[in-house]
Amino acid sequence: MSQEHSGHTEHRDDIGSKMGMWIFIFTELLLFGGLFLVYAVYRNQYSEDFHIAASQLNTFLGTLNTIILLVSSMTVAMSVTAIQKNDHKLSFRLLLITLLLALAFLVNKYFEYSAKIHHDIYPGSDLVTNLKHGQTLFFGLYFFMTALHGFHIIVGMILLSVIAYKVKKGKINSEDHVLLENGGLYWHLVDLIWIFLFPLLYLIS
Amino acid sequence: MQADGNNLSGSYLMSGGKKKTLKMWLTSTDHKIIGLMYLYAILVFFLVGAVLGILMRTELIKPGQDIMNPQAYNGMFTVHGVIMIFLVVIPGLAAVFGNLFMPIQIGARDVAFPKLNLMSWYIYIVGAILAIISQFARDGAPDTGWTFYAPYSTSSGTNVVFGVFAAFVLGFSSILTGLNFIVTIHRMRAPGMTWFRMPLFPWSLYATAWIQVLATPIVGITLLMIIAERWFKIGFFDPALGGDPILYQHLFWIYSHPAVYIMILPAMGVITEIIPTFAQKRVFGYKAIAISSLAIAGVGYLVWGHHMYTSGMSDFSRIFFSLLTFIVAVPSAIKVFNWISTLYKGSIDLKPPLLYALAFMFLFMIGGLTGLILGSLGTDVHVHDTAFVVAHFHYIIFGGMGFAFFAAMHYWFPKIYGRMYNIRWANISFVFTIVGFNLLYFPLFVIGLQGMPRRYFDYLEQFQLGHFLSTMGAYVLGIGITMMIYNLAKGARTGDPAPMNPWGGKTLEWTISSPPTTENFDEIPTITEQPYNYE
Amino acid sequence: MEQEEKHITSYSFLAKILVVLLALTAVSVAVTWINVGPLTIALALFIATVKSLGVLIWFMHLKYEKPMFTVMVAGVFVLYAVIIVITFFDYWFR
Repeated sequence: MSQEHSGHTEHRDDIGSKMGMWIFIFTELLLFGGLFLVYAVYRNQYSEDFHIAASQLNTFLGTLNTIILLVSSMTVAMSVTAIQKNDHKLSFRLLLITLLLALAFLVNKYFEYSAKIHHDIYPGSDLVTNLKHGQTLFFGLYFFMTALHGFHIIVGMILLSVIAYKVKKGKINSEDHVLLENGGLYWHLVDLIWIFLFPLLYLIS
Repeated sequence: MQADGNNLSGSYLMSGGKKKTLKMWLTSTDHKIIGLMYLYAILVFFLVGAVLGILMRTELIKPGQDIMNPQAYNGMFTVHGVIMIFLVVIPGLAAVFGNLFMPIQIGARDVAFPKLNLMSWYIYIVGAILAIISQFARDGAPDTGWTFYAPYSTSSGTNVVFGVFAAFVLGFSSILTGLNFIVTIHRMRAPGMTWFRMPLFPWSLYATAWIQVLATPIVGITLLMIIAERWFKIGFFDPALGGDPILYQHLFWIYSHPAVYIMILPAMGVITEIIPTFAQKRVFGYKAIAISSLAIAGVGYLVWGHHMYTSGMSDFSRIFFSLLTFIVAVPSAIKVFNWISTLYKGSIDLKPPLLYALAFMFLFMIGGLTGLILGSLGTDVHVHDTAFVVAHFHYIIFGGMGFAFFAAMHYWFPKIYGRMYNIRWANISFVFTIVGFNLLYFPLFVIGLQGMPRRYFDYLEQFQLGHFLSTMGAYVLGIGITMMIYNLAKGARTGDPAPMNPWGGKTLEWTISSPPTTENFDEIPTITEQPYNYE
Repeated sequence: MEQEEKHITSYSFLAKILVVLLALTAVSVAVTWINVGPLTIALALFIATVKSLGVLIWFMHLKYEKPMFTVMVAGVFVLYAVIIVITFFDYWFR
């Protein structure tokens, strides 16, 4: 570690950096955790209505999105392997694929949401507020949780884009790539959340 | 640096022989500068909150409307709570003294992520501005109480969204500070400083940081749910749509109870630093204090329902929470025994820091013991939502964390500024403060037991005397705090230069110059002994 | 401080993990067509948990990090589980 006496001492601590990212991930897990708690409470109370409302969701698109995110988790993990092997080109391409998969996820969600809205199914709509309680709450949870998740996909995409740029420029390399690992961790978090959202929203019909 | 360790000319407050400019302050990633920026911001917000408190007390000096209408009163207790809780007491000790001294106490030059540290401060300021805007924007100040309970918070016509979003942003600042501190304590301790050679203030900050990081997101999402209810009728807390208002209370208190441990753990850490110094004696039960900090943080997650005994929860739930509440009192009491045992047969030096520390112990015990009355189911039914609760939490938060803050200020002052304040005036303001404090809050226990509700703008004749005494106490306290701040401000500017170790402390900050240089240490020390190694 | 020797996960190993995750996904979808009543959610959550372990341990590299990381991750999940259970002390017994 270099000790500079002029101004501030910079130090590099990859383990510390990674620890910081993990702690941030904990906060995100608990953020969604609050929503999962609400889900659990109302599912316990309105299990029949949850079952009925869930049948309105498009299981095919949900499954497709699950596959997309799982693959994208693999591609981002592979991009770390690539940079460790000093293969900048491959690492960059894998990140691009990850980003494209993320975009596909969002496109699917767009189709899902617009179909729902076309059928007057959205929070606060006359239709939804006049459904049976459990169904109203299910749709509230569906939109809130997937929208918050989608927001995190967008944040992840921005993060990975910046990282991809740095990989291309060589600022992230085989000697120094904790930024890529941390970006990957964030992306895996987004995948993790969806791994739980998917069955709870789409597979209870 | 001079022979006695004073270093006014070469300190972190200076740059190239001159005082740092405002721009240097606002762009500095030095943990000490950031700590001071938090200090000055928190001081301003504390004074705003205090003035609001004095205005409320003035309104309550006698029954009927005196200086404000009921809507204004509701807005006032709401913003007083929001400011004091989210802007002052939660960040308070950790953001100010944690930033200023934790890195030094563990032998580091800064925190793990200095730039993130500065960003935390800016996020804090943004949150503060949002809270201020909520007061003045078009729909009027939120009137829900700082607890934002549904269903009123989802239907109130006031600026609830602004208020709630301000709290959300402030939560972010708290999370990032906690993250920074955890990594710093794990990764940046000096060579030889094992966990059990670390001083107890960093220990308390470590436990606190985990609460900041793990509990805050839950209130974060809950506040977003309030916004979703208001904007999109999502129904989570609306009985008309199948929701449960009690679920809001669960989610809110799952954070807000651990939050009080965010407030008190660093306070206990400060007291644990001050007592050995002014008894010139080793801390009694170092390991017990370290572990009990973690125990308080852990068990503190399991008691939140004691705020909800009368809400409509199941009996099983209420019994569980009451039991856990009594359990969590144990590690807190352990600390009190340890402090007293440290003082016993010590060489006592009754300087202002110790005065405030002793006051802390007295006030904290009253707050804590009345907490047990509230924690026990049967008695709580009688005092829930009365002035008794108001007295309890002011004793424990203000008397606890607040007095620990004053103690910390008087303890570390010579190290921060390289100057000393006037001891006599510090003692005088202490007397006003402690007398005013008890006069302000103790009567509230009495009238609370007699049935005076909290958050009430008006009251029955029978509570007049109690309220009147309380309001007098507020004014006396106000004088005391004003004197204290004036004395400290004067000392910072023109006090006598302070030496390296005016109090005879044993932790690392007393081995470097007063004030420290930007780098803290010329050479990072190697630690070979337990802390507090008095003979 | 010197940065530590990093374990490099091979491409083929990562692909294998993906295959397992996709297979588990297929199982959880297939199971919805079989009516197991109240078991449905338990089974779905169980499979989701197994998948998340796969992501945590191998994709997120926990297996190869310092043990402290695993302790922290486990601690967070345990805390969260405890909070859910305690909340349900209210809802189960109302």
